[in-house]
Amino acid sequence: MNPRVGIIGIGQSAFQSRRDDASYPDLVREATTMALNDAKLDLDGIEAVVYSLSPDAMVGIGNAERVGVDAVGARNKRFLRINTGGATGISSVAAAYYHVAAGACDVVLTAGADKVGECGDSQTVLNKIWDPTYERQLPLGTITMLAMSAVRYMHKYGMTEEDMARVVVKNRDQAAKNPNAHLRKPTTIEEVFASRPISWPIKLFDCCPQSSGGCAMVLASERYIKERNLEAVWITGLGHCSETYYMGDRMGTNFLADHADAYALSQSFKRTFKMAGITEPRKQVHVAELYAPFSNTEFHSIEAAGLADLGASAAMLREGQFQLGGGIPVNPSGGVLCTNAIAVTAMVRVAEIALQVWGRAGGHQAKGARVGIASGNGGDHQFFGTMVVEA
Amino acid sequence: MELLKRQETWNITYTHALGETASWFYVQLRDHAKLYGKRDAKSGRVLVPPRAFSDQTLEPTTDWVEVGPGGHIETFTIVTAAFNGLPPPPYAFGYVQLDGADTAIGGYFRGVDLTDPKVAAKHLAIGTRVMTRFAEKRTGDVLDFWFEPQPG
Repeated sequence: MNPRVGIIGIGQSAFQSRRDDASYPDLVREATTMALNDAKLDLDGIEAVVYSLSPDAMVGIGNAERVGVDAVGARNKRFLRINTGGATGISSVAAAYYHVAAGACDVVLTAGADKVGECGDSQTVLNKIWDPTYERQLPLGTITMLAMSAVRYMHKYGMTEEDMARVVVKNRDQAAKNPNAHLRKPTTIEEVFASRPISWPIKLFDCCPQSSGGCAMVLASERYIKERNLEAVWITGLGHCSETYYMGDRMGTNFLADHADAYALSQSFKRTFKMAGITEPRKQVHVAELYAPFSNTEFHSIEAAGLADLGASAAMLREGQFQLGGGIPVNPSGGVLCTNAIAVTAMVRVAEIALQVWGRAGGHQAKGARVGIASGNGGDHQFFGTMVVEA
Repeated sequence: MELLKRQETWNITYTHALGETASWFYVQLRDHAKLYGKRDAKSGRVLVPPRAFSDQTLEPTTDWVEVGPGGHIETFTIVTAAFNGLPPPPYAFGYVQLDGADTAIGGYFRGVDLTDPKVAAKHLAIGTRVMTRFAEKRTGDVLDFWFEPQPG
């Protein structure tokens, strides 16, 4: 067996709408310091830094890794910036993993932060990801893109607005148990239905918030961990997969992937499970943190992770299968639906799963979890990253 | 303590070259109110909007194929919230597979009462037949055309 890569330190902010007490680099440093303290390391122990930063316009600093380099203490060290949109955080953990797995480094930090709440035009920024030739003139954004996925998923599998509201209720209940979550107030199906319609069938409560905060993780080689007798959890599988750019190519005839589903995410999970030796995810996975910024997208993500057949997850969620205390808790932290600091959101998925299999998740701990999965989605539903983390 | 803020705005100008393929498509749209796709010879797929190459084969697309003006809805949404920098709500837009095309093209839906999004959603259901309408004054842009659901 190849030497493993372990997670030895985790830091994350208590996410909020705004952090007027902290500038952008202050937030990055806050998470970095927490992760170093958790790993009981000082800065000199870090050999390389992978910097987690999605579109610059969200923090309003062009190529903000330039200011971030100080906040992660990367002077005189290896340093890379990663950006795969919403998947950035998990791509950054993967890049840190590859530094160690390749034998280039023993100890690597990945860190970042976002201040989405400071951007008054986030959907305008996200509209700019579309092609200026054929699509930019349309009012496309991430909300409308995933509302159009919801419409196709409803048509294909019969999902209802009430099914979507159940995801919100479940995740808000779970976020209430997580002190780092942004939206921590429990809600009801009635309240979701009464919330402001945004982009049919998505209402305000079906949407993630715009969060500010940071996240950081320290990864190390198995040799380093064993020599120092450190506590660790292990990344036993990881994968990526991408999807083509034009949404209109995921419908019509002769398409490879339906915009209703998350086909590329399912392929990423297949690669990840193969590496981790997982053949029956429904039996072998104990807990999942799946990137789902809108309630409807939790369903296709659960299915892509192999935790339900295509179109079957809404009924299973209704039975309580995916809540804390159910068969396989999904998003016990409250998930992206309750906290979205875009540059680190997918890193938080990995961090949360690491805490779960470590038995350190506190009030939102999934009992007895030893094997967990995490995912991240980015771009125009295009870039997917997945991981298995084990105790 | 007193915490201060500083507001700023980015306003950046670009002049994008559209390239040969999109230029030809938009000239036909502007001058003749016709829509074309481009065929990937290897797979036979007709790409609308036309691309210079196929994402599936990386082969250059070859012949132009006239598509539409009829088609059907592949997906849609009805936006009822205002966003800075985007049009005032309500509006409906989505993707239509034009007759003769294999892929779907984005555009606005008009001619549907959007007062109640739930009711409007029924009139825009996937599979609904639409007709492309063209603006009288066309500039060679996606906004030169839109789709209207057809009765029956």
